[in-house]
Amino acid sequence: MSNLEHGGQPVVGMHLPTKKFSILRSIRENKRSQGLFLISPAILYLLVFLIIPSILVILLSFMTRGPYGNVVYRFNVDNYLRLIDSLYLRILWFSLVVAGMTTVFTILIGYPLAYYIARSPVNQRPILLFLILLPFWTNFIIRIYAWIMILRTEGLLNTFLQNLGLIHFPLDLLYTPTAVLIGMVYEFLPFMVLPLYTSLEKIELSQLEAAADLGARPFRAFWRITLPLSFPGMIAGSILVFIPAMGMFVVPDLMGGAKTILVGNLIRNQFLVARDWPFGAAASMLLLILTLFFTLFYTRRAGFGEELLV
Amino acid sequence: MSEKKPALWLRITAILIYAYIYIPILILMIFSFNTQKLNVRWEGFTFHWYAQLFSDQEVILATRNSLTIAIFSTIIATIIGTLAALALQRYRFPGYTLSESTLYIPVIIPEVVMGISLLAFFSLIKFSLGLTSITLAHIAFSIPFVALVVRARLHGFDKSIEEAAMDLGANELVTFWRVTLPTIMPGVLAGALLAFTLSLDDYVITYFTAGPGSTTLPLRIFSMVRFAVTPKVNALSTLWVLSVFILLGIGQIVQRRQTRT
Amino acid sequence: MNKNTYRIFALLTTCALLLVACGGQTQSQSTELNLYAWSEYIPQALLDGFTEETGVKVNYDTYSSNEELLAKLQAGASGYDVIIPSDYTVTIMAKQDLLEELDLTKIPNYANISDEFKNRDFDPGNKHSIPYQWGTVGLAIDRDKVTQPISKWADLWDPAYESRVVLLDDEREVLGMVLQTLGYDKNSTNEAELEAAKAKLIELMPNVRLFDSDSPKTALLAGEVSLGHTWNGEAAIAHSENPSIDYICPEEGCGIWIDNLAIPKGAPHADAALAFINYVLSPEASVLITKEFPYSNPNKAALDYLKTSDPEAYDAYMGFAATNPSIEDVQNAKPVIDVGEATALWDRIWTEVKGGE
Repeated sequence: MSNLEHGGQPVVGMHLPTKKFSILRSIRENKRSQGLFLISPAILYLLVFLIIPSILVILLSFMTRGPYGNVVYRFNVDNYLRLIDSLYLRILWFSLVVAGMTTVFTILIGYPLAYYIARSPVNQRPILLFLILLPFWTNFIIRIYAWIMILRTEGLLNTFLQNLGLIHFPLDLLYTPTAVLIGMVYEFLPFMVLPLYTSLEKIELSQLEAAADLGARPFRAFWRITLPLSFPGMIAGSILVFIPAMGMFVVPDLMGGAKTILVGNLIRNQFLVARDWPFGAAASMLLLILTLFFTLFYTRRAGFGEELLV
Repeated sequence: MSEKKPALWLRITAILIYAYIYIPILILMIFSFNTQKLNVRWEGFTFHWYAQLFSDQEVILATRNSLTIAIFSTIIATIIGTLAALALQRYRFPGYTLSESTLYIPVIIPEVVMGISLLAFFSLIKFSLGLTSITLAHIAFSIPFVALVVRARLHGFDKSIEEAAMDLGANELVTFWRVTLPTIMPGVLAGALLAFTLSLDDYVITYFTAGPGSTTLPLRIFSMVRFAVTPKVNALSTLWVLSVFILLGIGQIVQRRQTRT
Repeated sequence: MNKNTYRIFALLTTCALLLVACGGQTQSQSTELNLYAWSEYIPQALLDGFTEETGVKVNYDTYSSNEELLAKLQAGASGYDVIIPSDYTVTIMAKQDLLEELDLTKIPNYANISDEFKNRDFDPGNKHSIPYQWGTVGLAIDRDKVTQPISKWADLWDPAYESRVVLLDDEREVLGMVLQTLGYDKNSTNEAELEAAKAKLIELMPNVRLFDSDSPKTALLAGEVSLGHTWNGEAAIAHSENPSIDYICPEEGCGIWIDNLAIPKGAPHADAALAFINYVLSPEASVLITKEFPYSNPNKAALDYLKTSDPEAYDAYMGFAATNPSIEDVQNAKPVIDVGEATALWDRIWTEVKGGE
């Protein structure tokens, strides 16, 4: 170690350039450099394949649509002004409600499941997790169509319930908001369960036992220890569910009968129907900024940023 | 809650939730044997659609493409994402906030926008569209998901083990490889699994970055479904799920053998 | 757990490499054709026949709407040799110089197309496109469920049909149809007229069970709806599954569309593209389309060939309004025409209808 540290000739006959070595040394000793080193692949990659294309989109949002759906390169803020309108705010609100309810329900359904898996014998856990993801290796659209087959008026659920005599008239489920929620939760459940599980799994059983020894009842132990400790997982899960849910349009279209326009539909329509790409780009930018603030605010409060090396 | 086994009510709830997850899949599988082409009502039992699948060149090509893209993008995204998670969770460096925000963008950017921007980008630099362009796109949206899952795992990670290892003479690399990585491995694997699934199932971004002859399974299925969800499509999905199930089974058997020896 | 992880890793990597090695397609110039079209639109037998005759392999990629095709090409995607855009899309693409000009001397089978489908407004002189298939947008009726007479689009507003109607998820066709019920032009750009159409469409909403452009026949066959604003092809398929499903062209006029073969600018295999188009227009090939897919065929020679080679199929084709609408219906039919600058207005009206609850 000593010879190399001093930048002098090594003992063994290797000849290493001293400049390169001092960079490596600084990475090893300097915490900031280490951090930069670790994050650089991700940042560089995203710089090329995300930032630059995104900048193209930002520039696009300041252009205008030509008469044939082409782009006219003339800088203006018309698109953003167009967005300040009760119609678009209402659409934004609907999307927030749908995404919010989806998140809430994925937590309600996902938490017990994640807890169950975290409490299962260690060798069973990978299978149980895998079983949650397995349906995702069918196709998204087909899964939704399976639900349509179940929920439609002459569908499987109604036929089943009617044959059992539990209901006399078919339930009107398909093409309603309920159907949309069922579909959304179905699609997003793994995104909540997986992060929740990784958080819950780390909670030491001994901590709970200690609490029990000190006289805490099971529910209290859950409320004061388990639940707070699982917040990081819940936050991560909420981000992974809420934000894509905001932009989702396929499930509301297929399960809801395409009768409502959400933010996802709006943006998609701009690009693929109205062919007003500049306006679509502007709408996307606004959505992006909104959700970015939400995300950063949420994660900072939850203490993601607290893990600092002293 | 001081018992080691999960309580009964919890088990029942879990079973119900698994039922919610799997009943549509079962329906899917059952209806792959339906004789009625438009698959609206059950008419009869047949293997016809499965036979059709095996001679469908487009489907076979699409499957191969999807797997290739998924495997490559998962490996690269997992490595990059894990490193990023470590960086964000344990270090402070200039540009931290900016890096964190950048990492989250693929999660929140609407897929249509990401797809179109990548298409425009690739055409600007005259990069021909094909399997490579799709893979590059998939890596881009997978990295943040891996990072998020690994970060959740890292939160509250007890560093004293690492410090102990270093005190005993191990350098950073060895410590990472033999202490840190195994401990966060469940998170890394969960992240990798997520990335793999996202890649296999992606439609919108793949649509915009695909070129002639590089159709993936979701693209193929989507176009098949435009006409109607014929039993052929169900059959495809069923085969997929079954093959994964079988692989899982093999994996389990192998593991059992390992623990025994 | 460590050892296993590495083994799995190694296995996966090996698999990936094997897949790529086995799956590598060698792209050689003159022996391949990249076809980019709607799905369920080109019979495999036709493609195989072309490969047999010329030795050129066809790669068939699909899109699901004209706008997606446009989006891709406008953003600079290339590598496709033959595309099948609809009428108004051909106009837009020609204006943006996205299409190659067709040398009709190299496509002798062009003569097989009926005169009424040649030289239409959307592509005078067929400089950029040649008709492939055509069809109408009309009203599908489940006669089992709907017993009262229906002859106009306006009849859809009858409260008896609450939650029993499926409409196409297509703002041009739907708003256009509503404009027609009000006596206005289907492709109007007049704001007052569009506002009136918006109000009228909102009135219809309680009757609309769902919007579906891809497969409205499914809702009809499943009994979810009894009336459908549909493409003729969809109605024809529904009819073959359930003969009580009928198809009419309402009095105000049904929609009409023509899909066309075209070559995008810069196609890498232009010669093969011309050969392919010529092949598709031959009666033997064109007849395959009619036998497999229920659209209307603009190819006169193909229909004559069908009459002699398969009279039963010919009669079925001629007998059903979805595949063979009457001459009056065709003359009364109105196509969608690009409204240029007013597209934003149309889109806003549509957004207001759907986003306004």
